[in-house]
Amino acid sequence: MDSIRESLLKKSKATKKDRFARVITFSALLLIVVVVISIFLFVASKGLATFFTNKVNLWDFLSGKKWAPGQTNAQGQPLTGALPMITGSFLVTLIAALVATPFAIGTAVFMTEISPKHGAKILGPVTELLVGIPSVVYGFIGLSVIVPVMRHIFGGSGFGIIAGAMVLFIMILPTVTSMTVDTLKSVPRHYRESALALGATRWQMIYKVILRSATPGILTAVVFGMARAFGEALAVQMVIGNAPLMPKGLTSPSSTLTSILTQGIGNTVMGSLENNALWSLALILLLMSLVFNIIMRAIAKKGAM
Amino acid sequence: MAAGTQGSLNLTNEQPDRHIYHMDEDKHEIALSTKNLEVYYGDHLALQDADLSFERFKITSLIGASGSGKSTFLRSLNRMNDDVATVKGNIMYRGLDINSQDIDVYEMRKHIGMVFQRPNPFAKSISDNITFALKQHGEHDKAKLAEIVETSLKQAALWDEVKDDLKKSALSLSGGQQQRLVIARAIAMQPDILLLDEPASALDPISSAKIEDTLMELKKRFTIIIVTHNMQQASRVSDYTAFFHTGQVLEYDLTRKIFTRPKVQMTIDYVNGNFG
Amino acid sequence: MLNPKQSDKLASIILYTIAGLVILILAALVGYILVQGVPHLSWHFLTSSSSAFTAGGGIGVQLFNSFYLLIITMLISFPIALGAGVYLHEYANQKSRLIQLIRTAIEILSSLPSVVVGLFGFLLFVVQFKLGFSILSGAIALTFFNLPLLTRSVEESLRSIPDLQREAGAALGLSRWETVGHIILPAAVPSIVTGVVLSAGRVFGEAAALIYTAGQSAPALDFGDWNPFNTASPLNIMRPAETLAVHIWKVNSEGIMPDAAAVSAGASAVLIIAVLLFNFFARFLSNVLYKRLTATK
Repeated sequence: MDSIRESLLKKSKATKKDRFARVITFSALLLIVVVVISIFLFVASKGLATFFTNKVNLWDFLSGKKWAPGQTNAQGQPLTGALPMITGSFLVTLIAALVATPFAIGTAVFMTEISPKHGAKILGPVTELLVGIPSVVYGFIGLSVIVPVMRHIFGGSGFGIIAGAMVLFIMILPTVTSMTVDTLKSVPRHYRESALALGATRWQMIYKVILRSATPGILTAVVFGMARAFGEALAVQMVIGNAPLMPKGLTSPSSTLTSILTQGIGNTVMGSLENNALWSLALILLLMSLVFNIIMRAIAKKGAM
Repeated sequence: MAAGTQGSLNLTNEQPDRHIYHMDEDKHEIALSTKNLEVYYGDHLALQDADLSFERFKITSLIGASGSGKSTFLRSLNRMNDDVATVKGNIMYRGLDINSQDIDVYEMRKHIGMVFQRPNPFAKSISDNITFALKQHGEHDKAKLAEIVETSLKQAALWDEVKDDLKKSALSLSGGQQQRLVIARAIAMQPDILLLDEPASALDPISSAKIEDTLMELKKRFTIIIVTHNMQQASRVSDYTAFFHTGQVLEYDLTRKIFTRPKVQMTIDYVNGNFG
Repeated sequence: MLNPKQSDKLASIILYTIAGLVILILAALVGYILVQGVPHLSWHFLTSSSSAFTAGGGIGVQLFNSFYLLIITMLISFPIALGAGVYLHEYANQKSRLIQLIRTAIEILSSLPSVVVGLFGFLLFVVQFKLGFSILSGAIALTFFNLPLLTRSVEESLRSIPDLQREAGAALGLSRWETVGHIILPAAVPSIVTGVVLSAGRVFGEAAALIYTAGQSAPALDFGDWNPFNTASPLNIMRPAETLAVHIWKVNSEGIMPDAAAVSAGASAVLIIAVLLFNFFARFLSNVLYKRLTATK
């Protein structure tokens, strides 16, 4: 009797081990958080140095059209206009998303509503698989197929915004499609049945009922695809031409934040203005990925209401 | 809910709102008792004011409609609700308040075991299901473990059905067998008290009857508290019955009295099946 | 105007066309790489060193580097992801603000562009900690890139194990840790393994996070020297190590060897086949493990 009372009041070995495990697993979790915070701190401190240490004007940085951080203009100000890259990044992302969205929705509707059998057997696994294809492979395809085709059609070198956007379109298409499929599948079955029972044609049912109620999910899929496209570095870098100039047209060599960043960071000296300016581009990328994240959250919140 | 009282015969108008049987500690050996037990899920008060004593080597049934608080009460007794609810009040066991921060919960649960509504054997062999926790608690003597496997399976009336397949996966057993295995697993720990949360409700009538037989056998060695929806089961197996209604114990008495001469109108209605 | 029936028909035609086009694009994509790349595959190509200026170089070192880097990455990231996943699902109070904040942080990490993660690895490990372009730096960068997904997949695997099992353990006086370690985790192994192999496929093909961490050069390795402390040893984790994915990028953007197109086609084919294999392997393994776990002994 007494020994049981005693054992109840003492911390058992199991309890001690459990506490230890709790601390260890929490440390692992904390480590991830520390990584996230450090990424932001380090990139921010480097990226902001351009403005605080090198005294570059933020507005000039964002709106300047000439990117040559090693050189100065007539007023002795360094040429750190990032607008060409910002424009390039947004252009390729928007075009890729605009092209990918109808394809993704169409395919997803086909897979879930028109021909679920083929969808489940062929298209589904294929898209799942393509989601996992490394982006350099898409870049290689772009370089060996898309760029020559562009050259053939539009003349010039073939490198440019269109080539970049096409590569990104193919790259995000499987992801956006498979996310859209998941959303469509989650539309309750009785929505479909009651629409058809009311005499709607299949298309009316799809358009007025299913796509309407799946809109938040589809938007999330598209924004997710855009975030991936915006942050993609190598595939775009291989086909866009990497000329830090304001895009004159969609088929002339241009650049994105990521392409200039990957090209330049190895060729500049740590701590120099040229280097800091590149980190500022990285900071823009970081902030944009936050923005995409916030947009997705906002959509999810609205969709839940 | 009060509608039930309208149609039925009201012989006396002075029925009490509550009637709780208080055990005399000199006459009965009390294994477990609660004092002012209150359970909150967030802000929602799910159970209030529960003062019950449970006699040693007896079976006590907890009855009441869904959401009446009986399962909440049961799960609070060995602190299975700690993660999801706030439990206030005292639970006295061996002169200790086991609802206190100083108590080693894992140690306590070795003495107050629990069996759930749905059978939950581990994805291990039949014998491993029984020995696993014992090994974790430090018992490694193979002969002794084998003996425990046999006695506990016998006590749970499962031995004859599985004695040749002890190495078979527990998941290959039928639902009723699984539930008896789970009971065997619980009693292998040699607990003082066994809490059962509707142990037979997911089973067919035959399995259910076997479980009842098992319980009658087990009460020789264990104090048993069982939540049940089944009035017949409660009246057949238990010595005491507590009737829960909207988070309160309205009546607690000898089972015989609850089912023949309940004192509270609500109990009369519930036992007669006027609501539930 | 079209009546509903006609528009229904038109819509069907459009949908069939779109789906057909997508199948065509995707099939052409995979077909192109395989048609271009597979003829170039040979034992020589898969095992010999690359060459910078002349034709006939192989991808042997890169292939080895990719696998070795993958293993080191998994060795670092799996324990962390396992711990984090276990805490998130088994210990954490799901309603706590802190846990919600941590979840957000993990989600943000998973959405960061891999090039930024790579540059952070470059800044911190290559430059600050002076690890140089090395397998270790690369593996750490890939770990950052890999952690959110792997953690999520561990958590999902744990979620798929019914709470009944946790209650069973608790009711027997087993601590949370004993229950998780001996009952929940073993039951979750098949789905955890699937998650690991799938994330391995992603890590295997990642390049942007590596070009400034594991580096863009593949010094020749002495496959007879297995002392990890020797510079030419394949096991040395302080040596720079260009992987297959980085090689494809490098060859295409700066390569001057005459057979650059063929080399990258061959390498791309290998990469795609590897990803395919990872996929099949994941499915196969989870089936086998699942069967073994539930089989009657």
